[in-house]
Order: sequence, then structure tokens, then C-alpha cells
Amino acid sequence: MSYGGFSTLLYKEVLRFWKVASQTVAAPVLTALLYLLIFSHVLEGHVKVHGVAYTAFLIPGLVMMSVLQNAFANSSSSLIQSKVTGNIVFILLPPISYLEFFAAYVLASVVRGFVVGTGVLLATFWFAPLTFAEPVWILVFALMGGAILGSLGVIAGIWADKFDQLAAFQNFLIMPLTFLSGVFYSINSLPPFWQRVSHWNPVFYMIDGFRHGFFGVSDASPWLSLSVVGACLALLTAFTLNLLKRGYKLRA
Amino acid sequence: MSAAIRIQQVSKSFGNVQALDRVDLEIQPGEFFGLLGPNGAGKTTLISALAGLVRPDAGSLRVMGHDVQADYRAARRLLGVVPQELVFDPFFTVRESLKIQSGYFGIGDNESWIDEILENLGLTTKANANMRMLSGGMKRRVLVAQALVHRPPVIVLDEPTAGVDVELRQTLWHFIRRLNEAGHTIVLTTHYLEEAENLCTRIAMLKAGRVVALDTTANLLRRFSVHSLRLRTDGAMPASLTRGAAENGGWWSFPFDSFDEVEPLLASIRAAGCGIGDLEIGKPDLEEVFVRVMQGQQEGRAS
Repeated sequence: MSYGGFSTLLYKEVLRFWKVASQTVAAPVLTALLYLLIFSHVLEGHVKVHGVAYTAFLIPGLVMMSVLQNAFANSSSSLIQSKVTGNIVFILLPPISYLEFFAAYVLASVVRGFVVGTGVLLATFWFAPLTFAEPVWILVFALMGGAILGSLGVIAGIWADKFDQLAAFQNFLIMPLTFLSGVFYSINSLPPFWQRVSHWNPVFYMIDGFRHGFFGVSDASPWLSLSVVGACLALLTAFTLNLLKRGYKLRA
Repeated sequence: MSAAIRIQQVSKSFGNVQALDRVDLEIQPGEFFGLLGPNGAGKTTLISALAGLVRPDAGSLRVMGHDVQADYRAARRLLGVVPQELVFDPFFTVRESLKIQSGYFGIGDNESWIDEILENLGLTTKANANMRMLSGGMKRRVLVAQALVHRPPVIVLDEPTAGVDVELRQTLWHFIRRLNEAGHTIVLTTHYLEEAENLCTRIAMLKAGRVVALDTTANLLRRFSVHSLRLRTDGAMPASLTRGAAENGGWWSFPFDSFDEVEPLLASIRAAGCGIGDLEIGKPDLEEVFVRVMQGQQEGRAS
């Protein structure tokens, strides 16, 4: 292990969630498994999407949703806890630059997302024949989606002064965006109005692009999804770095 | 050689509150320096500005010649801060906390130094205990340890003995004194003025964000405080004698500058027919200096 502010902060953030893995890894895997059991029980045999059986279609959606939600949860909960308890001072006193701070929190979020996503995949792939048509897309979208939500988590964790403010951010922004993104359905099955609305939801492109990696077919072109997701990542990164550079709510 | 700490014209306000008002302060390497003042005087804000936790509205702060904003990496490597709040990370053990803190400073092979800190702070047996399981005093020790992992030449302790027991206080001061003797600069804030008097060679007093006194401890004591003869008499004290004296609980206190004044004073009390029941000599103390400075009084009779 090479030492330095960035690598130590990354290590600490990963160790932090790993020490409470039953909450941070096992619980979300179980939740995803329950979704799969319920939805596949109701809909398998009734619905086919892009010629793919419903349960197989659902699995990548659940995996990606878990990646995104857990990436957000990691940075946001770690930061709010550190702020509320005051131990954020241990990170603010050492010579850690705002770039290192950002990179460590976001990367730890991606790691958490990957660990949970892999867990969900391992728990669910027994239930349907899954293909890995273009695996590069799987990795690219998981990485970028995790980084976007990790970055949003940094923003939320720094902005929120109390746990209920963070919960509001999570319940009124993150949850609707991830649930209404085509995890459980193809947006082509929606009425035209809601299809248009979905096209404004960046999470739709993350899930659609991720799913393309499995089946080689998707609602939107993976290149379009890559462009949208890439632009979101660039914007959020710039925004978050600006907050950190100014010391917003961290350095008075 | 540059000053350990150089603070120039630093101002900071929070809303309408002027926390720091053009503070100037220079602390030399190897000093044991006391920063005193009532709650809200700006001590913690000043320390936070030094540590980069607070950004001043104006002025500059340097640690061993390095600006805490422009050259923050060097400045922070040279500075160890023990925060006032009893904070800890509940996810980790004592040793993990110290190793992680070392890593933040880019240090990875300081196991023996960590052991030495643990030993000196009486933490060896708690090294593998989770932070949550420690008592308040033990957590305070870990806070001190965390500030020392990178062997900073300048150490700032913000009320390290607030609410801790006698044993820890003694352990702590013994260790901090040794670090000071080894060349570390120590800056201390405390409300225990006796502690400051015993430990600090120089003292600054802050009031409403301004430095209102700055001198060696010895000079402050000399300038602002005087000896006093305290006694209890059997009979009532004649009014002619009590001018300049103060009475408290049957004890009369007569301030004096020179021991030569004691004998004539006692003689006149005897001559007035008062028997002396009890007697002691009060030495100058920092508490008196502190009270006088905070009340805005001028220097004591001695000047």
C-alpha cells in the first residue's frame, strides 16, 4: 500500500463500510433479491422486453440500481456522520487537497457500489439465463454511474447539516430518479408523455447503457447514453470540486 | 530562523460577531506559550485559522514560515492540533485511528513512534480497543496522540485538560513538557490558570478578539499582580489602617510591593491594639492578573 492522503482516505472509507458490511452490503443485496422474487413472480411469462425474458431483463436493472443507491449512500452517510460527530476534523487538519478528498470519497463510493452490485449479481443470476454480450459497457456504465452518485453523495453529505436533510435528499431526489429510470420496465412500454419525461432522467441512460452490456439491445443507443452520462459526470465533478475548493460548509 | 507561529493582522467575523480583530502574535521555536481568555474571546477561532479550519477575512498566518493557505501542505505537516471537542471515529480501534491519521500525513512506517506515544499517554493496554469503548479521559488521550503521529514541531492544545482527572492531567503535562524540552513549540489554551502559570513561559490574553496582554509569565505577574499580607485579627481593625486593604470572610488583605513594608504594617496593627490571630503571605497569581486584564484595569501598584 502506498501512503498518502488520497490512498489512506480511500482505504479508510472502504474499511468503514466493510466493518459494517451486514448493513452496507448484505442488506441491499437482500433488498434487491426480494424485488427480484416479487416482480419476477408476478410478471415472468407475461412480459418480454426486447425479446428478453422479464426476469433476465430485470436483473441488470436491479444490479445497477444497487450500484447507484449504494454509491450515493456511502459518501453521503460517511460525510454527514463525520460532520455531525465532528471527526471530520481528522481529515481537514492533514495536508489533504480538495482533489484528493474528492477522489477518495468518490472512488470509495464506486467500490461500495461494485461490491454490492457484484453481490446482487451473484444472488440473482441463478434465476434467469443471463448473457454478457458487450461487457465493456457493463464496466463503463457501472463505473461512471457509481462516480456520479458518489459525487452527488459528497454534495448531499456536505450540504446537509442534519440526518433528516440528507434523508430528504435521498427520498425526494435519488429514489425517484433511480426508480423511474427503467429498472423494472422498458420505457418504450410507457405512454409517450412519460417516455419523454424519462429521457430527461440521466439515471435512465445509466441503466439502459448498463443493460446494453448484457443483452446487446437497449432503448437508447449506448453511445447516446455514454454521451449523456459522461456529460453529467463532468458537470457534477466540476460542481463538487468547486464546492470543495471553496471549503463550502467545511472550512468556515 | 523563522518564527514557529507568526500571526499578522488577522481578522475574522461570523455574521455580526467579530471573532478576531487584527490579531498580531509571534511565537518563537521552543516556546511554551499560553493563550488565555474567557469563553468567546477568540482562542479557538485563532487556532482554527492557524489549522486552516477557518479562513480569515484579513491577515496572514504562518507556521515555521509557511503560509497556512498558500503553502498549506507544509504548514499542516509542521502543525499538530488537539481539538477542544472530544471527537472520535467510532468505526476504528485506537491503533487503527493512529495509523490512519499517520497515513493522511503520508507517513506509513511509524509503528515504533505510535508505540512510544501510546506508552507515554498510558494507552498501551487500549491500543486494540474500539474508540467507542473508551472513557472520556481515554478518548482525550487518543486525541492528543492523533495530533502527534506526524511528529509536528509545533503543537497546539485547545483546552486539553477540560474535564479530565488529575492523573491524566499529570501524565499529559509530563509528556508535553518532555516534548517541549526536546524542542517542540507548545501553544496551550486553558481555563486552569494555575496550569498556565506553571507551564507557560509567555502568555497572550485575548478579549473580544483582541490581544489585550502579551508578555512573559514572570513579567505579567510582576506588572499586574502584587504580594499581599493576609491576616485575621482578634479585635476590630481601626479605619486608619484599612485604607487600600480588602476584607473577605474575616481576613484582611494588605497589598505590598516590597517586603520592607511588612514589618511597619505589623507594628502599626499591634500598636492599634489588635492581636493577630492568623497570618499568611499571598503571592502574585495569574488569576489575579487575568481578572485585572479582563476588567481593563491598568497595571498593578507595582509599576
